[in-house]
Amino acid sequence: MNDGLKIGLGRRYRFSASHRLHSSRMSEEENRRIYGKCNNPYGHGHNYVLEVNVSGTVDPATGMIANLADLDSFVEREVIEPFDHKSLNEDVAAFRENVPTTENICKVIYQRLKHFPKARLERVRVEETGNNTFEYAGEEL
Amino acid sequence: MVYLTRKLEFSASHLYHNPALSAEENKRIFGKCNNPHGHGHNYTLEVTVAGEPDPVTGMVLDLKELKEILEREITQRMDHRFLNYEVAELKGQIPTCENIARVIWNLLEPKINKGHLHKVRLYETADLYAECYRNGAHGA
Repeated sequence: MNDGLKIGLGRRYRFSASHRLHSSRMSEEENRRIYGKCNNPYGHGHNYVLEVNVSGTVDPATGMIANLADLDSFVEREVIEPFDHKSLNEDVAAFRENVPTTENICKVIYQRLKHFPKARLERVRVEETGNNTFEYAGEEL
Repeated sequence: MVYLTRKLEFSASHLYHNPALSAEENKRIFGKCNNPHGHGHNYTLEVTVAGEPDPVTGMVLDLKELKEILEREITQRMDHRFLNYEVAELKGQIPTCENIARVIWNLLEPKINKGHLHKVRLYETADLYAECYRNGAHGA
């Protein structure tokens, strides 16, 4: 339907993971000063909420941009399975050298989801706690 | 530009069924949403209007006025209704969140003439929403 309107779809997922904020580019003291208790050596965890926003054409036969089962299984495979109940620093290769702040988690998740074949990824939003939310929409914004 | 958002809730039933497809295809594509007698949701609608605040009133659009528009156009039309059978604007369409969001946009856009309709976001559950906005408008 070419009426100049854009239709998006948002879906929320959850994963729980631990992390430690520590940068190898800074001294121990600087790490403690900048990251505070997030620098505690054994790490700590959060219940993360991931909101994935995609857009696309609504198929008139189904009324859908993308079948939710397809989106769910893609997000499950790309993000939930590798992140849930894991140590982000130890278990996710992208965070070996890259501090797993929620900013960086957003960017890594965006990279993993942007190839979703059935719709266009618009942005990802990650809630680290109910009070902290981060969003990433690629480099165009 | 200032963006104001008003929320409203309505409850409605629906089912997903495309008569052009076989019973098996309907089952495969729509799963339990294809149950013949339908099922329901508590929908939450967020309507965002964009505009410059009026220098005298400080408002983009009087929220009372917006509330009345939403009551008349959406609540009266959709609340406690079976969307497939009772909402004329959805006739011939599968009442997915995507299609309902577009119908809501088309109902509201001509009625909002202070500021302009920026976005409609419709939650079917807390974990699933569809949104509708003009191409080129940012999604935020």
